[in-house]
Amino acid sequence: MSDRSTGAVRAALAPDAAATPEPEVAPAGATVGRAPAAQPAPLAPGARFFPSLAAVYRAQLSRARVARIPLLFVATFQSVGIMILMRGVVDGGSEARAVVAGSSVLVVAFVALNLLAQYFGQLRAGGGLDHYATLPVPPASVVLGAAAAYASFTLPGTLVTAVFGCLLFGLPMGGLWILAAVVPLAGAALAGLGAALGLLAPRQELATLAGQLGMSAALLLGVLPPERMPALIVWARDLLPSTYGVEAFARTFEPEPDWAAVAFDLGVCAAVGVVSLAVATRAYRRASVR
Amino acid sequence: MSTGTAQAQDGTAAAAGAASDVVCAVRDLVKTYPAVRGRRGAPALPETRANDGVTLDVRRGEIFGLLGPNGAGKSTLVRQLTGLMRPDSGTVTLLGHDLVRHPGRASRLLAYLGQESTALDELTVSLAAETTGRLRGLDLRAARAARDAVLEELGLTAIAERPLKKLSGGQRRLACFATALMGERPVLVLDEPTTGMDPVARRAVWAAVDRRRAHHGATVLLVTHNVIEAETVLDRVAVIDQGKVIACDTPAALKAQVSGEVRLELVWRESAPLEVAEVDRLRARAVESGRRWVLRLAPDEARAAVASITGGPAFAALDDFTLATPSLEDVYLALGGRTKGLVKS
Repeated sequence: MSDRSTGAVRAALAPDAAATPEPEVAPAGATVGRAPAAQPAPLAPGARFFPSLAAVYRAQLSRARVARIPLLFVATFQSVGIMILMRGVVDGGSEARAVVAGSSVLVVAFVALNLLAQYFGQLRAGGGLDHYATLPVPPASVVLGAAAAYASFTLPGTLVTAVFGCLLFGLPMGGLWILAAVVPLAGAALAGLGAALGLLAPRQELATLAGQLGMSAALLLGVLPPERMPALIVWARDLLPSTYGVEAFARTFEPEPDWAAVAFDLGVCAAVGVVSLAVATRAYRRASVR
Repeated sequence: MSTGTAQAQDGTAAAAGAASDVVCAVRDLVKTYPAVRGRRGAPALPETRANDGVTLDVRRGEIFGLLGPNGAGKSTLVRQLTGLMRPDSGTVTLLGHDLVRHPGRASRLLAYLGQESTALDELTVSLAAETTGRLRGLDLRAARAARDAVLEELGLTAIAERPLKKLSGGQRRLACFATALMGERPVLVLDEPTTGMDPVARRAVWAAVDRRRAHHGATVLLVTHNVIEAETVLDRVAVIDQGKVIACDTPAALKAQVSGEVRLELVWRESAPLEVAEVDRLRARAVESGRRWVLRLAPDEARAAVASITGGPAFAALDDFTLATPSLEDVYLALGGRTKGLVKS
């Protein structure tokens, strides 16, 4: 076969000689521009949705041990610090409920929205998506697995913040079980948003910026009691998915919670979660084949 | 067999008889990156044709190399072969599947080792391998068994519980290579797999590749800019320069193209003694880099040059010299390769 490339070599050395290739270089019946007609090889089975979701979730969760622990502490301390600050301004009542609920959901916003947007932005910029894109794994498994893991990271911080807030403001702790619904649902909404932002941002810095801004919005609009806000800000607050998590949680501190309103708020979180995770999945698919 | 773009129109291509043996056929592949508008701090880039009519065939069971300097278009080509990028025009057929129309099938036919490890950096070696295996469709038990076998094979068992981030560059690369071996695939696409590795790790990589070739008939497509590696491990090599295949053959056959020449390297103590007429005459044919001169000469010319320099007044200024048979780097330069950037180590 060594003789076959002589034409190529000569062609490169002396382009005008390329017009007359040697006979053995151009065998009869050669087909250019057509694929060799062979039976297609069998495709290896692709990974199924739930096993790969579990694998991604487990891998992401383990990253917390290596990389995310310091930031999880930051998320909790930030919320605890805000509550201590607000203690001087707010004195019980609905405002205290809003502060505790807002600070708790802020942990979710910090980790699920901000950190996940950064993670996907970094993965996309650094070529890390190639790894997943060359594996036969459903895109939804990768996005949902990462989002679920980030939502799980927030659980301990949210619990600590909520318990600390209840002690600080003297709120009843009997309703904290609702966090078992608030964290996954607000987590889905915010993680979906974070993943979509991270995957859609044209540059890594913009993904980071969007995540930071989203978290700042959740902080300002979620923690501050809405009674003191101008109408325009209240509308903006209604557009933010984290608000519904905050409201659902705050309602359960009332002596007679309005369960229908709680269910509605959580339903909004779930709906935003479904939509934003679908958008993120599409964005992932687009980002992985350029 | 495989042809450069210069010949694409001449009707040379895979012989029909060898067609069934072709694992990966690339025809007239063109990929152009759009121009980038300049931003503050980032200069504008003109439109770049990264692949300019690439045509090649990779045969079953061979280690096929893409050799070229950085920026030659090797990685762009590989990204199109792995379904990560769509070509502007041209076809890619892998094991009978049209990858331009169905890029998603690539992941079910091949395993790809990219240059980046961002996705795995914070995982332990063991979990990175296991997760990759599961995402390649293995069930938990099979993934764990494959993980243990692959880590053992590559000598990674001792560092299995350490995160990739904390490993040295070569070890991390070896761990990434381990993930590429999870869930046997008939085709392995490896983009500079041995970067940063010590000789022991390199041997582990090539031994593992050879085993897969012997036992499963695996085909390997290797991207490299290391000429020594290309000469020692590749069955055939396509030399790529500025988006084109400028030659494609076995390393030995390519070197035979320039066998009429030898490479003479002269290293001067301080500067070349240009007052010596013989040295001054050689200067016209030397590629100078600092006090090092590289000349490609016919054997008798080289012999005469060495004799006159070592036997004459220039010898006092000479620090070292080597006379060597040509390498693939010489082939690349002789074929008109315009970029320096091939590595010899």
